[in-house]
Amino acid sequence: MLRLPHPAWLDMIAHCLAGLPEEACGLLAGDPATDGAVERCYPTTNVAHSARLYVVEPRDHLRADRDADSRGLQIMGVFHSHTHTDAYPSPTDVAQAPDPAWHYVLVSLRHDVPVVRSYRILDGKIHEEQVVLEDG
Amino acid sequence: MPVEVRLPTVLRPHAAGSSAVEAQGATIGEVLGDLTAHFPGMAGQVLTSDGSLHRFVNVYVNDDDVRYLDKLDTKVSDHDVVSILPAVAGGAG
Repeated sequence: MLRLPHPAWLDMIAHCLAGLPEEACGLLAGDPATDGAVERCYPTTNVAHSARLYVVEPRDHLRADRDADSRGLQIMGVFHSHTHTDAYPSPTDVAQAPDPAWHYVLVSLRHDVPVVRSYRILDGKIHEEQVVLEDG
Repeated sequence: MPVEVRLPTVLRPHAAGSSAVEAQGATIGEVLGDLTAHFPGMAGQVLTSDGSLHRFVNVYVNDDDVRYLDKLDTKVSDHDVVSILPAVAGGAG
């Protein structure tokens, strides 16, 4: 399960909409002791600048990792937008998923209302998980 | 000389769960060689079979990505902090 506080959800959606027509991406951090509870959203630059690919800017990642660490948090997942397809991991997403402990959040902007779904990717297999929006 | 190497969560199980370890070397290549000699489970995830940096990781000296420095020849010295993070990428394809 992914527990997403409302401010982090808003930051994520806003970053994805602002990134159009390109895919947008960012990192999610939470307390390692409470698996699945997001506490902060770190929007990052997509250095691929593409509507079909994303690459998290490595220095943005380092900054997010350090900031999370200084707050006792840990990067626990990544989000990115699919601008014209559903919120489901593509073969590219699965092939490049770096960490089986991470939550992979997809934001589909295919329709007027953004759709957010979350997955775990273990040994190349996709497992959808529940997303719970919480007051933040 | 020893430098601190900060590990991403995905590599920590190979180092008994540690988030940071010490490794020896005067260049990033030497540091990563020492690291993978001590923790062989990391070897295939950090360096490729021909000894170059794996494309699925990013390695930093302090604030700088070594791909924009001298890659594996990037020099390190006392008090430098080496960080390894996964390269995060994907997309609709």
